Amino acid sequence: MTMEYFSPGNLSEALSLLGKWNGRATLVAGGTSLLPDMRANLLKPGVLPELLIDITRLKDLSYIKRDGKVIRIGALTPISEMASSRVILKYAPILADAALRLGNHLVRNRATMGGNLADASPAADTAVPLLALGAEIVMEKAGRKRRQIPIDRFFLGPNKTVRKSDEMIKEILFPKPGPHARMAYLKLGLRNAAAISVVSVAVVVEIEGDRCEKARIAFGAVAPKPIRAYGSEEILTGQEITEPLIEACCERARSEVNPITDIRATAEYRRSMASVLLKRAIQKAIRAGRE
Amino acid sequence: MKTLKTYPLELSVNGEWKKTEVSPEETLLHVLREKLGHNEVKEGCGKGDCGACAVLLDGKAVNACLTLALQAHRQKVVTLKGIGTQEKPHPLQESFVRRGAIQCGFCTAGMIVSAKALLDEKPDPTRDEIRRSISGNLCRCTGYKKIIEAIEEAARKLKRSR
Repeated sequence: MTMEYFSPGNLSEALSLLGKWNGRATLVAGGTSLLPDMRANLLKPGVLPELLIDITRLKDLSYIKRDGKVIRIGALTPISEMASSRVILKYAPILADAALRLGNHLVRNRATMGGNLADASPAADTAVPLLALGAEIVMEKAGRKRRQIPIDRFFLGPNKTVRKSDEMIKEILFPKPGPHARMAYLKLGLRNAAAISVVSVAVVVEIEGDRCEKARIAFGAVAPKPIRAYGSEEILTGQEITEPLIEACCERARSEVNPITDIRATAEYRRSMASVLLKRAIQKAIRAGRE
Repeated sequence: MKTLKTYPLELSVNGEWKKTEVSPEETLLHVLREKLGHNEVKEGCGKGDCGACAVLLDGKAVNACLTLALQAHRQKVVTLKGIGTQEKPHPLQESFVRRGAIQCGFCTAGMIVSAKALLDEKPDPTRDEIRRSISGNLCRCTGYKKIIEAIEEAARKLKRSR
């Protein structure tokens, strides 16, 4: 088996290669997921890609910026920059929190935002806050108009997304949270660093007066893909947030998750902890707003 | 039978430009150790969990096992030996020795690379920042306490010498 390599200098070149080699090429950016996978498959015939398209030279796609009422993140932005970006810390601190819990500092220097989403692990760390922030994913392919997909329709299952093999993620964007938005992110891992989530949760609520006008709740590692908990969100929406309401919301979360048992935790533990972490996250979000 | 396709690779290792030929799936770790003789870069897990292969790539600490060699084309790599040598050790290396921060020694190269990246960015790190900076480096002798103390001591020493 022979593998070819190309390192395009601009996006259109990358897209044209991806189109020409459709189905036989793999994009590589940070490589933090791809390389261990390739290593595991090295001896299996027909599994490795025929062409590696190294997109790390597309420096134009590494940015974090506020553009009016929208925050835009280039697909090639390293995870380490998310954790320290002033824009992210100001408008979406839950995304900085999640970035800081992804892998370890060596991995964060290589891993990219686009890669974390395209990889589509059910435990993808940045997907959870992005779901709660109502993010959208911009994809491009050669000779076509770009398309923009809400992130809750992007993931299909473990390592599966709606991205076609000739498409590339170009940008992730989300609306700048309003003045009444309060948010929190919590991750339960087996260690403080270098841990894959057992459960992670992100909450964004908009509270005006005493009423919760809007709620977005997202979970990681408790379903075949990162998910929104729409039923739990509905319980909070339009209501005054009280202890019994939070209890009802968290109880509902137990039936919204669909976890599995693996080496890190049992399905039952994950289901229980999803509910417990959601309660802590809602309380933390509310406290964050008061400070 | 198909032959492996290779590509030219130029990279600077510890300030010296090197040229070699590599195939696309070769990692930077493999090329450093097997083709360029840099055995101070260690291979532990080979999948980004242990940090034994940490090097500085354009100033950032990364796992050489998770970086394709070709991704380092025309870039600068610094290994443990580029930080300091036996004849001319870096304060981090001196502190690791004096503080007994080395037991079996396998993680040491990666630990020092991570610590160097930290001190380059934050000359006066808190203990928490030190701990976070080596969160990608596993010491299976579990000698973390002395490693953290050694990094603190090196930071103090570097501060005095500035």
